[in-house]
Amino acid sequence: MKLSIPLSALFGIAVTVTIVGVAVLAPWIAPYSMSEIVGEVWEPMSTTHLLGTDTLGRDLLSRLMFGARTTLWIAALATMISFCLGTFLGLAAAVFGGWIDQVLSRLVDLVMAIPTLILALVILSVLAPSLTTLILVMGLLDSTRVFRLTRSVGHDIVVMDYVEAAVLRGEGRLWIIFREILPNALSPLIAELGLRFIFMVLFLSALSFLGLGIQPPEADWGGMVKENKDGIVFGIPAALIPAAAIAVLAISVNLIADWVLKRTSSLKGGQNV
Amino acid sequence: MIAQRVALSLLILFAVSVVIFVGTEILPGDVAQNILGQTATPEALANLREKMGLNEPALSRYLSWLGGLLQGDLGVALTNGRDIAESLISRFGNTLFLAAVAAIMSVPLAIFLGLVAVRYRDRWPDKVISAATLTSISLPEFFIGYLLMLFFAVKFPAFPSVASVYDGMGFLARLHAVALPAFALTLVVLAHMMRMTRAAVLNVMESPFIETAELKGLSSFKVIYRHALPNAIAPIVNVVMLNMAYLIVGVVVIEVIFVYPGLGQYLVDHVAKRDVPVVQAAGLIFAVIFIGLNLIADITALLSNPRLRHPK
Amino acid sequence: MNNELKHLAGLTVSGQMDRRAFMGRAFALGATTALAGTLLGSQAKAATPQKGGTLKIAMSGGQSTDSLDPALASNETTFMVVKHFGDTLVEVAADGSLEMRLATAVEASEDAKVWTFTIREGVRFHNGDALSAADVVATLRRHAGDESQSGALGQLRAVETIEDQGGKVIVTLKEGNADLPYIMSDYHLAIQPRGGLDAPDAGVGTGPYKVVTADHGVRYTFEKFADYWDDTRGHADAIEMLIISDDTARVAALQSGQVHMVNRIPPKVAGLVERHPSITVHSAGGRSHYAFLMHCNTAPFDNNDLRLALKYAMDRQQMVDKILFGHGSLGNDMPINGAYPLFSDDIEQRMYDPEKAAAHFKASGHDGPVVLRTADTSFPGAIDAAQLFQQSAAAAGIQIEIKREPNDGYWSEVWNKQPFCTSYWGGRPTQDGMYSTAYLTSADWNDTRFFDDSFDAQLLQARSETDQTSRKAIYREMGVKVRDEGGLLCPMFANWVEGTTDKVEGWYDDPGQNMMNGFATIKCWLKA
Repeated sequence: MKLSIPLSALFGIAVTVTIVGVAVLAPWIAPYSMSEIVGEVWEPMSTTHLLGTDTLGRDLLSRLMFGARTTLWIAALATMISFCLGTFLGLAAAVFGGWIDQVLSRLVDLVMAIPTLILALVILSVLAPSLTTLILVMGLLDSTRVFRLTRSVGHDIVVMDYVEAAVLRGEGRLWIIFREILPNALSPLIAELGLRFIFMVLFLSALSFLGLGIQPPEADWGGMVKENKDGIVFGIPAALIPAAAIAVLAISVNLIADWVLKRTSSLKGGQNV
Repeated sequence: MIAQRVALSLLILFAVSVVIFVGTEILPGDVAQNILGQTATPEALANLREKMGLNEPALSRYLSWLGGLLQGDLGVALTNGRDIAESLISRFGNTLFLAAVAAIMSVPLAIFLGLVAVRYRDRWPDKVISAATLTSISLPEFFIGYLLMLFFAVKFPAFPSVASVYDGMGFLARLHAVALPAFALTLVVLAHMMRMTRAAVLNVMESPFIETAELKGLSSFKVIYRHALPNAIAPIVNVVMLNMAYLIVGVVVIEVIFVYPGLGQYLVDHVAKRDVPVVQAAGLIFAVIFIGLNLIADITALLSNPRLRHPK
Repeated sequence: MNNELKHLAGLTVSGQMDRRAFMGRAFALGATTALAGTLLGSQAKAATPQKGGTLKIAMSGGQSTDSLDPALASNETTFMVVKHFGDTLVEVAADGSLEMRLATAVEASEDAKVWTFTIREGVRFHNGDALSAADVVATLRRHAGDESQSGALGQLRAVETIEDQGGKVIVTLKEGNADLPYIMSDYHLAIQPRGGLDAPDAGVGTGPYKVVTADHGVRYTFEKFADYWDDTRGHADAIEMLIISDDTARVAALQSGQVHMVNRIPPKVAGLVERHPSITVHSAGGRSHYAFLMHCNTAPFDNNDLRLALKYAMDRQQMVDKILFGHGSLGNDMPINGAYPLFSDDIEQRMYDPEKAAAHFKASGHDGPVVLRTADTSFPGAIDAAQLFQQSAAAAGIQIEIKREPNDGYWSEVWNKQPFCTSYWGGRPTQDGMYSTAYLTSADWNDTRFFDDSFDAQLLQARSETDQTSRKAIYREMGVKVRDEGGLLCPMFANWVEGTTDKVEGWYDDPGQNMMNGFATIKCWLKA
């Protein structure tokens, strides 16, 4: 197997690393603070404000840099929770079957069936809103979707000959989950991971606007698109740039996912043929 | 097995109705207060509560709602006294119409694009399709809505930005009215289904039987859709069902922007006003949709896999 | 009235001077916003109305939970819907004077306790019945009665009896109130056949338009009522009202010509919208104000030094510039401005003064951040305004912590409950109305917990004072007291910013409520 990284994946990695780097270094490299009002509303791009100013006259570039921190951090954590939980329970349901499958699946049906708005409002009125609550809520709600996918992929693999062989060999259930099924289910899961991460970025801003989560003047990219949304149809840069930033992030993260996906599928090919 | 599943589903529906009822009870404020808003005086509030039967204990209100439901009576909205069943049916019809139009456009297109991406993997068609769909998925719904509105309603007025539909409207007129919201929804759901099709089919493409098919000399596109696709159905169906569910229950933002009288906005308005009977009824419809779609996904996955179909 | 002002108004209407320039000049001449707006309106009205056509309007605020029952109307959409199918006894004109509608005359007893309304003859309801005093009595009783669920109940508390005496309606009050006719102009009090007791939400009244379809939260259609008694209103044959809650979508509907008028254009984009050649943006100064409310009886806001510190820490000009984009005027920490009768314009305007703010903050002895609760629903741009305030207060060394609350439940759980939150008031036609609603100790919505016995006494004194000069002097003192000791931090009064296409004629600005006080579709007409 060759270790050369294709150009597209290199691009994805470079952009993602840059965004993460900017996020980490934001306090040192941002030209202004995130909340300071430094100009008029919606100023165009200029040498003093490279990306112009936002809906209150704050420097857009600085806000984007600081916004990258909250956006990446929260979306990544929530995606991780959602994936670990969803994948593990989904595979467990597929492997154990029987009442474990039944209970988990119907529980997921129940959670999915309750409108998100009601769920979010109830959680908000019962729990004190904080970043931890926000991340947990995002992760838990989203894990139901991951569960459904993993379980169905797992079901297809459980009946394969090589899994039956492993069962006959007397391997433990956990061994089977992690050594036989997970590697073979990885491709669709990684594709899903790349998209879920982007959904989380958008979900975050939706919840923040319900009052659950990030408090102003803190910024996240999705929230910045919303703050400036009156300007979208007038082509105001402050409305378009945060949206473009999300799109660039989405494309680069998924380019990496594509590359990993290719490697896992060829890995699997090597193992099973 | 199907009978057991249906019985369990009914149980879940019951649980959903309890959770929604308790949930809306926990939320601060009640319907009387929300109707009168800033103009509420204590006397007017008390009178309104009395008239709406809000002074009854919560349990007896729930039971009387359940009793009505079992007799097929959903009751009337507390806020404006309209018959709930009647409003729901018309709103639900609109929602299904829009969802159907969007689904008919997006599902075949997503699967087709996914297969094209597999066929030309790592070549330019794959890259263009991926970049375009990823861009559309990373834009918030309202952003897509505004852009469509700007270009196709304001700058080049081909379609109305206000998707008004009403009774007695012809099919084609309806189709014309929902064009923009349906395009917007298509853009929102396309990427997810396309990416999953691509990944799942690629996963299967490495299997030995595909190599056999290729050795048989079948054209590569034929191999993909005749041999690889059927074996990759399970994850694709699940993602398609998730997106169908979104098209039916999750389109509030698009409904608001294009002024489309669907169920989403209807539910949001009534949650805000704490109109419990309406929230309950709409919540049940949503629950049926989710449970039904999950059931369809499970059955399709079962039927598509011979090994699952004929367990040893 | 000043002659130069009149001349200016004439110029504007004939197109020789744009509106903003006129307003600027008018201000220089010392006119208040409301007066200037009104003047412009009365000139515009001079053109001859044209009949016919379908006038289309897009409104915000409507919801699928709305009802046609006037008693339950509470948002800007239902407010306008009621105006289409119903009439009130009297109305408040754009200049603040009373206009007789279903009443032809109003007389008061000496002590302003007993009021007699003469009912107009020859008026018909949409169902064909003739309007009688009995209908009026039944309507008023439904709103004022023990079982009332009406939004107007609060204002009708002082009513003792409502009687029909030989075709005249006699309203007797528990105590004198010179402003009773203003209360009768409340839109909830549209007269319904037999008081609407049989079918409160039938949508039947004496108004210029009959309700054809009412799809709440989506669309209303109306057709002209052929037997309407007043020929000067209701020019279009039909009205179509669309509910578009999304600001951008509403403005787009105007730009694409799908509707002829829209309410509530976000001030931020008003300038951009106006560039469209066929759209006119109207900006009517009014009594509506945006507020930061502090509870005077709750720590730390029970300390007047802290309240003053926060008042001085507010950069009002920045608020008007960045939140209202100039479509409004500076607030002076009292709920009254030049749009109210008997306003004294010589009260010193409080301005941003971080040094004074820091000094008062130090004197208050308070330490640590001050929590401000806010939500988008409290007023358009509230979250932004809170962040601006946070910045201007930081310059005075005061730390504001913003808590964004959900829109859902804001009016029941945060407003009038939490000690420091953002809010808005639409205003009342009179100073008495505003102060009795929210500043009297016993008021239902004393949302600043302002309890002051001498203030209460002054309010009652002013209510029965007939000499306008002394009344004005009392109101001045009261205003200064609220400004210096109250819990209202009022940075700005907001204009109604609305738009029409060039197909619409007959528009004038009315400070009362949005869309020409709700009469935009009824008083405007379509150019043929």
